Amino acid sequence: MFNNAKLVTFLIAEDDPDDRLLINEAFQESLVSNSVFFVEDGVELMDYLNRQGKYADPAVAPTPDLILLDLNMPRKDGREALAEIKSDPRLRYIPVVVLTTSKAEEDILRSYDIGAASYITKPVTFDGLVEAIKGFKQYWVQIVCLPNFDMVNE
Amino acid sequence: MNDYHQTFTILIAEDDSDDCVLVQTAFQQADMVHNLFCVPDGNELLNFLRHQANYADPARAPKPDLVLLDLNMPRMDGRQALAEMKADPGLRSIPVVVLSNSSLQEDILRTYDLGGAGFIIKPPTLEGMVEVVNVLKQYWFEVVKLAESDHVKIGTGSRS
Repeated sequence: MFNNAKLVTFLIAEDDPDDRLLINEAFQESLVSNSVFFVEDGVELMDYLNRQGKYADPAVAPTPDLILLDLNMPRKDGREALAEIKSDPRLRYIPVVVLTTSKAEEDILRSYDIGAASYITKPVTFDGLVEAIKGFKQYWVQIVCLPNFDMVNE
Repeated sequence: MNDYHQTFTILIAEDDSDDCVLVQTAFQQADMVHNLFCVPDGNELLNFLRHQANYADPARAPKPDLVLLDLNMPRMDGRQALAEMKADPGLRSIPVVVLSNSSLQEDILRTYDLGGAGFIIKPPTLEGMVEVVNVLKQYWFEVVKLAESDHVKIGTGSRS
């Protein structure tokens, strides 16, 4: 519909290697072309977004159009990373969607409260995950206009 | 996934009554149990959400699961209403999706900066609106977990 011609960049923060693999496969299942980058915890996520350490080169770490964020990760968890992103004027307009195994009402409410654009509970089966990511992409890629980062950052 | 059945409440802030009818008709065509409320500007939106003025009776103004917000409205526009909602601890967990005729980069950026959960350019036809509503329905009410509203949910399913 609206964003068909545009390549959408997703950044996914997920500490579980199996989940990274499954999410990546689920993304490939859908027809819309896109690029997917992975980081393994909140510290790496913030390094990526702030272009620090191994992410100093913008070609290595293109600004994402959207972040998919796990909540329970080592070093810096998703709650903390989300709060940092949403309190940083240079980053807060990047939509962050929580994708987690947690179904705790406290996590759901807190995520929305600190500025998550939405909250998705990780389906337990691969088919369920493919379905969820299909719905996710139909919304964020096909009908929604995401901010144009080229105009913002360059 | 929301694996339980419930009635979703959608609140639309839209000053053009034709556009309001268009969205309502599109939701009626989607296979979904829902309550839909329409308010004509940002002031009325905040009154509805805060149970003020005409909306003092909570039964007439249930807490919405999702707000669809037009940007250009009289009295209080969508930008200001969004900023007020997101600054209010009692309201900021309600997802707000902007549905506007604007395609200005500035409006898109500002919507996300203020905490909007999506920016959709209003489709001009019913056909286009039905397509948008179907995707909205699938994403927000099937894929996403919303924060519990304070109204009664029907059924509990397998939620843990």
